[in-house]
Amino acid sequence: MTSVDLLIVGAGPAGMAAAVQARRFGLDVLVVDDQPAPGGQIWRSVETVAAAPRGKILGQAYQAGKPLADAFRASGVRYQPGTQLWQIEPGFRAFVTRDRQASTIEARSVILATGAQERPVPFAGWTLPGVLTVGAAQILLKSSGQIPEKPVWIAGSGPLPLLYLVQLLRAGGKIAGYLDTTPPGRRRAALPHLAKALGAAGDLIKGLAWMGMLRKARVPIVRHVADIEAIGSERIESLMYRTRTGQEKTVPADVLLVHEGVIPSIHGALALGCAVAWRDDQDCYAPVLDPWGESSQAGIFVAGDGAGIAGAQAASLRGELAALRVAVTLGRASEQAAAEAAKPIRRKLDRQLALRPFLDALFKPRPEIFAPSDATIVCRCEEVTAGDIRAMADVGRPGPNQVKAFTRAGMGPCQGRQCGYTVTQILAAAEGRTAQEVGFYRIRPPLKPVTLGELASLDRREKVS
Amino acid sequence: MSRSAFDTAVIGGGLHGLSAALHLARAGRRVVLVEQNWVGRHASGATAAGVRTLGRDLAEVPISLESMEMWHRIEAIVGDHCGFHSYGQLRVAEFTAHLPSLEKRLETMHQQGYGHEEIIDRAELLKLVPAIAPHCVGALIARRDGAADPHRALRAFRRSCEGAGVVIHEGCGVTAIDRRGSDWHIRAGEQEITVPVIVNAAGAWAARLAALVGDDIPLGLKASMMIVTERLAPLLKPVVSVVGRSLSFKQSDQGTLVIGGGLQGRADIDAQKSAVDFTELAKGARAATDLFPSVKDVRITRSWAGIEAKTKDLLPVIGPSPNASGVFHAFGFSGHGFQLVPVVGSIIADLVVSGKTQRHISPFSAERLMTTRAAA
Repeated sequence: MTSVDLLIVGAGPAGMAAAVQARRFGLDVLVVDDQPAPGGQIWRSVETVAAAPRGKILGQAYQAGKPLADAFRASGVRYQPGTQLWQIEPGFRAFVTRDRQASTIEARSVILATGAQERPVPFAGWTLPGVLTVGAAQILLKSSGQIPEKPVWIAGSGPLPLLYLVQLLRAGGKIAGYLDTTPPGRRRAALPHLAKALGAAGDLIKGLAWMGMLRKARVPIVRHVADIEAIGSERIESLMYRTRTGQEKTVPADVLLVHEGVIPSIHGALALGCAVAWRDDQDCYAPVLDPWGESSQAGIFVAGDGAGIAGAQAASLRGELAALRVAVTLGRASEQAAAEAAKPIRRKLDRQLALRPFLDALFKPRPEIFAPSDATIVCRCEEVTAGDIRAMADVGRPGPNQVKAFTRAGMGPCQGRQCGYTVTQILAAAEGRTAQEVGFYRIRPPLKPVTLGELASLDRREKVS
Repeated sequence: MSRSAFDTAVIGGGLHGLSAALHLARAGRRVVLVEQNWVGRHASGATAAGVRTLGRDLAEVPISLESMEMWHRIEAIVGDHCGFHSYGQLRVAEFTAHLPSLEKRLETMHQQGYGHEEIIDRAELLKLVPAIAPHCVGALIARRDGAADPHRALRAFRRSCEGAGVVIHEGCGVTAIDRRGSDWHIRAGEQEITVPVIVNAAGAWAARLAALVGDDIPLGLKASMMIVTERLAPLLKPVVSVVGRSLSFKQSDQGTLVIGGGLQGRADIDAQKSAVDFTELAKGARAATDLFPSVKDVRITRSWAGIEAKTKDLLPVIGPSPNASGVFHAFGFSGHGFQLVPVVGSIIADLVVSGKTQRHISPFSAERLMTTRAAA
């Protein structure tokens, strides 16, 4: 068993920055991460790719991850890549698997820096091969330089589809068209937040520049798309889209990439019993945190997009704040020194967070995402449809956990990461309650599938004879 | 709704509460059921749902055998098969040193005149369970035993209850019970209910309920842990347990492996929460992979611990309250109550309606636990 002062879960912007900061105070820090190299999702493979030609394709915001990754490597942190964390018990005892070996880690504090996931978007045909998320396609581009051979349809809303389109153009990819699902009126709704957002004007200008690039490259853009459907038997062959003005069209399609924003990964926090609260501005739950990022469970911190979506720069800053507080609680820094050190970090963080209300209003998800048709599969693992879930709502006023027990939605290996919010929203609509009132699945360990053999290896008992 | 709408209140929306309510309603009682969370929230929703007569305490064998007959016609009782399959339950001896305990058990059963348990040799064991590790030497078997689907059973019992006129109030925890003449006045959430008869089927919370009517019944807690894996191709049909280890191993209709056996997690009865202890659960995984070597690469998708009541002698409490007339207890099943669900509901209906039952229930009296305590 390993024993450390601080266990950090995740080696993205927040995890790396937290580790670097904690090491400044001499803490014994262990970072475990799923990925084979530091960077998280946003800076995936940044150490090897940043300086290569692909780094240029991916852009400056990507290359900006390299110095932090270097500082992380140089910090003297203990780092275990390729490691899946699947449970943390009070105390804290963490259970991880690496190279098919399970082991435990004792830690005095924990920072969850597990980032975000793409918002699941159920629609008819979304389970067909050839339908992927923009995030998944971008992973292939970052880690191995792969781009789809055939022209790509992209459907969705938010900064990521625009960024990927631009990256795809730079990499020589072919684009069939962009189905922009942002509903009309979102710009007007976002406008009141613009003045505050100007503090981070760089990002806004970047967004405008992307749009300009797409227009120049004559990428077909369809605005105000309300519904999409992927059609095909073995894989996607065509797609149908319908705009809010009722214009409907079916076009041939080989690859469809969808993206409707990102949401915090909350499974770790939920499994640990950390309180979460509904965020109307981002249509998701986020952990309830103090100004340092400490959750309702003392000693458990959440930093980065897992604390609420705010981007890579904010993630790093939140990581630094959490590490400062851990240093105080473990007696390595005075309250005063931490408060002093936190001041400039908070100023930068405030500037980053000022951009969010504008972006959240501009890219608020369209209502159709939360109201899929009855025939649409909601739980991919157990193949439960939206209709199955609506039928459950007729008996009493069930919550997600009863629906899970009776339909098996959320019982599969993804632990409800794909269907959780959809089930909550369908029940909220059917029962005339808010999503907050309906709640979310109880998360049952393990957080990541671990095999029977791996778990058995933790039993030290001699073989029975 | 007027207060006289009901004449019987069942407290606890687990399977035992539902079964009691169902049998009472069919016997002509006007039944209301109150549940503090929702139907099947705790033990009934967390059970391995083994339908087992094998290895039961001798005191339980008669009602367990009767309940088994009821399981074999469960569709006629609740309108659904409840996912019940009767592929047998086996208690495996891994080594010859484990055989004498099985032989002794069989001898006891024969002396008592029971023929539902048998010993099978290694060849038959391998025939019935080809996936089992070849070092195993034999097993005790009850061929009519099996397992069911707990959630399906919950839905079927609930639907049958509602069909029989039972009114179910969820989210109504009992906060007070007072005497009103010959009636009981119950406060449960927003509900105020006045009835002459109460059935206490409150599981882990049953001792607190009993205390409200003046019965001081010492009750322990169990938090038995379960593992469910990803789906796999058909591997085995019977339910397998093993001498000397905590393991119950079976495959569900969906293809998932369901692994239990009574390893204990942590339970907090006030917070109504339970937690898994993976260091302890590792023993179950070890037993599973020792007995079924081919499953070692199968991924665990979920694990949990239920919360339920346990008595000192691990036998349930079934019968009238010693101190409070009109109150009937059915709780304390100590980790093996699922199979008894149909028969215990019928026993409670007997007791309420006619004041007596043909079944032998004296070993399950509340007094046995209360006098033990007084003497100590």
